Amino acid sequence: MAGITYTSNIFTDIWHGIKDYCVNLGAEFWEQIKLNLIEKERYQYITKGLWITVRIAFFAALFGALIGIIIALIKVASNNGKKLKLLNLIANLYTTVIRGTPALVQLFIVYYSFCSILKIDRFYAAIISFSINSGAYVSEIIRAGIMSVDKGQMEAGRSLGLSQRTTMTKIIFPQALKNILPALGNEFITLVKETSVAGYIGVVDLSKAGDIIRSQTYSPTIPLYTVAFIYLIIVVLLTKLLNKFERRLRKSDLR
Amino acid sequence: MIYVKDLYKTFHNSTGTVNVLNGITETINQGEKVVIIGPSGSGKSTFLRCLNLLETPTSGSIQFEDTEITDSKCDINAVRRELGMVFQHFNLFPHLTIRQNITLAPVKLKLKTQQEADEMALELLKKVGLADKIDAYPIQLSGGQKQRIAIVRALALNPKALLFDEPTSALDPEMVGEVLNVMKALAENGMTMVVVTHEMGFAREVATRVLFMDEGKIIEQGPPDEFFTNPKSPRLKEFLSKVL
Repeated sequence: MAGITYTSNIFTDIWHGIKDYCVNLGAEFWEQIKLNLIEKERYQYITKGLWITVRIAFFAALFGALIGIIIALIKVASNNGKKLKLLNLIANLYTTVIRGTPALVQLFIVYYSFCSILKIDRFYAAIISFSINSGAYVSEIIRAGIMSVDKGQMEAGRSLGLSQRTTMTKIIFPQALKNILPALGNEFITLVKETSVAGYIGVVDLSKAGDIIRSQTYSPTIPLYTVAFIYLIIVVLLTKLLNKFERRLRKSDLR
Repeated sequence: MIYVKDLYKTFHNSTGTVNVLNGITETINQGEKVVIIGPSGSGKSTFLRCLNLLETPTSGSIQFEDTEITDSKCDINAVRRELGMVFQHFNLFPHLTIRQNITLAPVKLKLKTQQEADEMALELLKKVGLADKIDAYPIQLSGGQKQRIAIVRALALNPKALLFDEPTSALDPEMVGEVLNVMKALAENGMTMVVVTHEMGFAREVATRVLFMDEGKIIEQGPPDEFFTNPKSPRLKEFLSKVL
């Protein structure tokens, strides 16, 4: 097993032992890669699944942010004494219900009791469901960010004769953004990973793709690790991007 | 210039209702420098904040020149342009440079182009000795510098009167002087000023009239000499004996 040795040194024996083991492991690993990803072009499950996951996450983040902004503005406006009682009630009900129920259950409800009846594709059902889910969290993040800006800022803006709207857009929002962005980035990261439940309604996303390969090859490692690794890469890239934004916004904090 | 009639303000909070202003009728004329003093909770800041409607009065009326500002149809933004305000905590915009702090309102309100506003900002900053800070951010400045910038920001709209809400109360003692000097210079140039302050020296030196408020009412008023040397009401006597 240890091969031919020129010297009968115990250390070289061990060294060759380890080397052989690694070579075997490498070969085994390579076999597994071939079986799970290359044979029968199984990697296509992964690439197609990744593309589905990216699209679902992207559109859910986009529409979620839109919903979140609208809901947050309703809440802030009604807090500032604007008469939006009914809208505010709806906004509060929305955040309470969505934050109080599991995303998977929401996905089932959106798909089985609405989309499947209306003949809407499950892919869109996933986008709709995750948008609605994310919107509730985003709205709370934005509302808290706006509220965290000192009251004196609004007063200073208004005392200069600026309208409520101008003060909001030029003075309050830019400051709120600095407080909002880290939490919002966190929410997007959560969202990317949460889309992995889309497989439950038959969407072949990245996680489901890994699952399909596993069911064909019975391999307990490579398909799952591949999927996990790809999620990790997405999240790391997203984090880097957000850090860049944050640093730019923090320019005025430097003494 | 400013006419206040039967002004009442009631706050509703968790502990019940608080009557902060209990019927104030007062006139402030062009060129006057009115200093308002009084114990804390006497309603002096609330009164000042009612003058540009940062607080909405519960009842009563306020007129600025020919405009009834308590009228719901009044364009309050137009009035506020002419009635600058300086706050206790400066309230500079921390995300903007000093230049942007000063020029934001004149440019947004289309009173000046950015270039005109920039030139005026530099001019005003020279007067308060802070021209070198034009591209700094507020966090890089001391309290006294911030408050001088806040005054410049209010002046950038060319207001007809300035309201000061305890402008030196949040400052370290050694910085009070530099802010008061700017205010004195303004007073000498004929600016109409309403100042809520605890600086009795400033009241004596600059005020044309001093008002003493307690429990939401103006108890006594007069020119500073008489006001400080010969107070009439027992409450003012007591107050002055504590602060002087």
